[in-house]
Amino acid sequence: MQMTAEEREVNKVAAKSGANREIFLPPERERVKDGGKPHVSAKNFSIFYGNFEAVKKVNADILSKYVTAIIGPSGCGKSTFLRAINRMNDLIPSCYTTGTLMFDGEDVYGRYTDEVQLRKKIGMVFQKPNPFPKSIFDNIAYGPRLHGVKDKKMLEEVVEKSLRKAALWDEVKDRLDRNALGLSGGQQQRLCVARTLAVEPEILLLDEPTSALDPKATAKIEDLIEELRGSYTILIVTHNMQQASRVSDYTMFYYEGDLVEYAPTKQLFTNPRDQVTEDYITGRFS
Amino acid sequence: MSSQKEQRPVAGNRGYIRQKKERTIDIVSRRLAQRYRKEKRFKLYGLFSIILSTVFLAVLLTSIVSNGYSAFFQTYIKLDVTLESTMLDRENLGKSDFQGIIKQSITKLYPEVADRKSKRELYALFSSGAAFQLRETVMKNPGLVGKTIPYWVPADDDVDMLMKGHSKRGVPENERRLDDRQLGWIDKLVDQNRIEKKFNVTFFTAGDSREPELAGIWGAVKGSFFTLLVTLALSFPIGIAAAVYLEEFAPKNLATDFIEVNINNLAAVPSIVFGLLGLAVFLNFFGMPRSTSLVGGLVLMLMTLPTIIIASRAALKAVPPSIREAALGVGSSKMQMVSNHVLPLALPGMLTGTIIGMAQALGETAPLLMIGMVAFIVDIPGGFTDPAAVMPVQIYLWADSPERAFLERTSAAIMVLLAFLIMMNAVAVIMRRRFEKRW
Ligand SMILES: Nc1ncnc2c1ncn2[C@@H]1O[C@H](COP(=O)(O)OP(=O)(O)O)[C@@H](O)[C@H]1O
Ligand SMILES: [Mg+2]
Repeated sequence: MQMTAEEREVNKVAAKSGANREIFLPPERERVKDGGKPHVSAKNFSIFYGNFEAVKKVNADILSKYVTAIIGPSGCGKSTFLRAINRMNDLIPSCYTTGTLMFDGEDVYGRYTDEVQLRKKIGMVFQKPNPFPKSIFDNIAYGPRLHGVKDKKMLEEVVEKSLRKAALWDEVKDRLDRNALGLSGGQQQRLCVARTLAVEPEILLLDEPTSALDPKATAKIEDLIEELRGSYTILIVTHNMQQASRVSDYTMFYYEGDLVEYAPTKQLFTNPRDQVTEDYITGRFS
Repeated sequence: MSSQKEQRPVAGNRGYIRQKKERTIDIVSRRLAQRYRKEKRFKLYGLFSIILSTVFLAVLLTSIVSNGYSAFFQTYIKLDVTLESTMLDRENLGKSDFQGIIKQSITKLYPEVADRKSKRELYALFSSGAAFQLRETVMKNPGLVGKTIPYWVPADDDVDMLMKGHSKRGVPENERRLDDRQLGWIDKLVDQNRIEKKFNVTFFTAGDSREPELAGIWGAVKGSFFTLLVTLALSFPIGIAAAVYLEEFAPKNLATDFIEVNINNLAAVPSIVFGLLGLAVFLNFFGMPRSTSLVGGLVLMLMTLPTIIIASRAALKAVPPSIREAALGVGSSKMQMVSNHVLPLALPGMLTGTIIGMAQALGETAPLLMIGMVAFIVDIPGGFTDPAAVMPVQIYLWADSPERAFLERTSAAIMVLLAFLIMMNAVAVIMRRRFEKRW
């Protein structure tokens, strides 16, 4: 792989500091049209499992229509934070939050917030592909059907549109009635993205969407994120720093439950403010 | 640790030098043989226990089948019955003296038997139910009146046992159920080809009776059917609703913990306790009719509920959380998540649990004794509130009877019960397949 002069410079510095891994410069990225408004804002937002504070007093705005990556060592609270945004943590009885988390000016944990409505607007894709054990068509059509689309024609349209957006249409258009479990891992994951897109969310939460996939399937998912950038607010958790630098506009670095650093991706990878961040991105620990 | 100290010379002339620097691969291959031996031994244990249990099962089945198969046949005796118009009142056929007609036909076969005592001994060779069967035949075909017809009547159980070889002729006369004269009469029937073993239809169509040759399992089968219908209709929906609520909706707190512990305990309570409960609640408090399928089904429902709840909860727990997350992630409510995804995936497991519970209920005796289902019931139940027996109770009653002929009927009834159990399991397997295919 060819390195730019700037990258060589950064890596020289990194090598001097004892880093054992090359770091990659994120590409220059275009500005997104009418993006950049705070879409999700956390204020002193903490998440607990019983007495254990898994995410500690986070203050951050997630900007609309941009891709924000969340990186950090295993167990630092990335998934916990992500799942808090669409209240997926409600499934865990011991889990509760303090502080506020606003979505579009609405308190996510407010007393009158309907978490079902919230989850329709905040779609999520998980680490392990989890298609329903149903046909490909039914997988995608399930969400729209839930929200009242009954017309067969309309459902077919939605399915095609979602599969096209998820770059899966050409591969499955002839076998929409086959069981989704027959697809490959990468296809299943794109199916899950399509299923999420079918309910027209505003935010896409991706929790390590490529960690169970091979490099080729990973590349497809990354292309897909690039494709969706600018249309959706995307939050992606990844333990792969190169992936974060490739796909994201902003990066959050979590360490032991603290949001240590949150900056434009390029700045975070080339010029981290915090020593821990630097140690992490130069691979001194992981 | 000891294996490291233990130093064995390695083959070869410089073995003692080499052993110090034994390579890892050598240790591995030395351990490998040991590992294989261990694995082989383990497999042998498993094989041995399989063989042992198969042998037990085979012994059980052969003893039941060899004891019971002869009950599917019954000895019949051919009589030439003359349906004289003088003895039959055409207007009032049912009230006619069929007993007399049968007796007349018998004496016609043995003109030499004259005195009353001998006649009584002679009549004892024929089933006392013969007259009833003749009555039914004639009532169905009134055209037979005035004719002489060959008519097969069931032999008495003592004759039946003799013909089947269960009771021996060789024993001294005073230890036999049939005396020498009666044996002579039977021999005459054999000579005239008037005695024959036929398929025992009565066994599959009649209710219980004091006379083994007239006793059948059908009443008990129907009783079991009605009882299990009540049990299934109540325990399946209640059990599944309880399991879904506890597993998916109930808050996790002390109260639900308490309920959970109690359900698990209930599954281990001796079944007779449920019988006592049924006696106290359904019979004494609610005043429901005694000995009926309705109450039996209610009692068995109490007994099977914990089994169904526990199996259903296990099935619900086994549905992967990823499916739940997927459903919630596209904006389904908890209710929709459960009914669209979790329940269909858990249903095969729930059905298995239910069938296991029902099979248990089908074989249950003790609690039914407490609510009076042990009564001697001749009539075949026609509904839920008719007095009824169930199959295991029928088996228990027959096993308790002194007649040799009931012994083989006991085994035959067990075979019928086993057939039903196998059928239920087959249904479970088929249903499971069907539901799993849909997904
Ligand atoms: N269901 C749970 N109950 C209790 N503790 C949990 C639970 N899930 C995660 N944790 C803890 O919270 C911390 C953060 O976990 P997580 O957000 O999954 O980390 P990651 O950054 O690897 O995604 C970890 O220390 C983990 O042990
Ligand atoms: Mg995680």
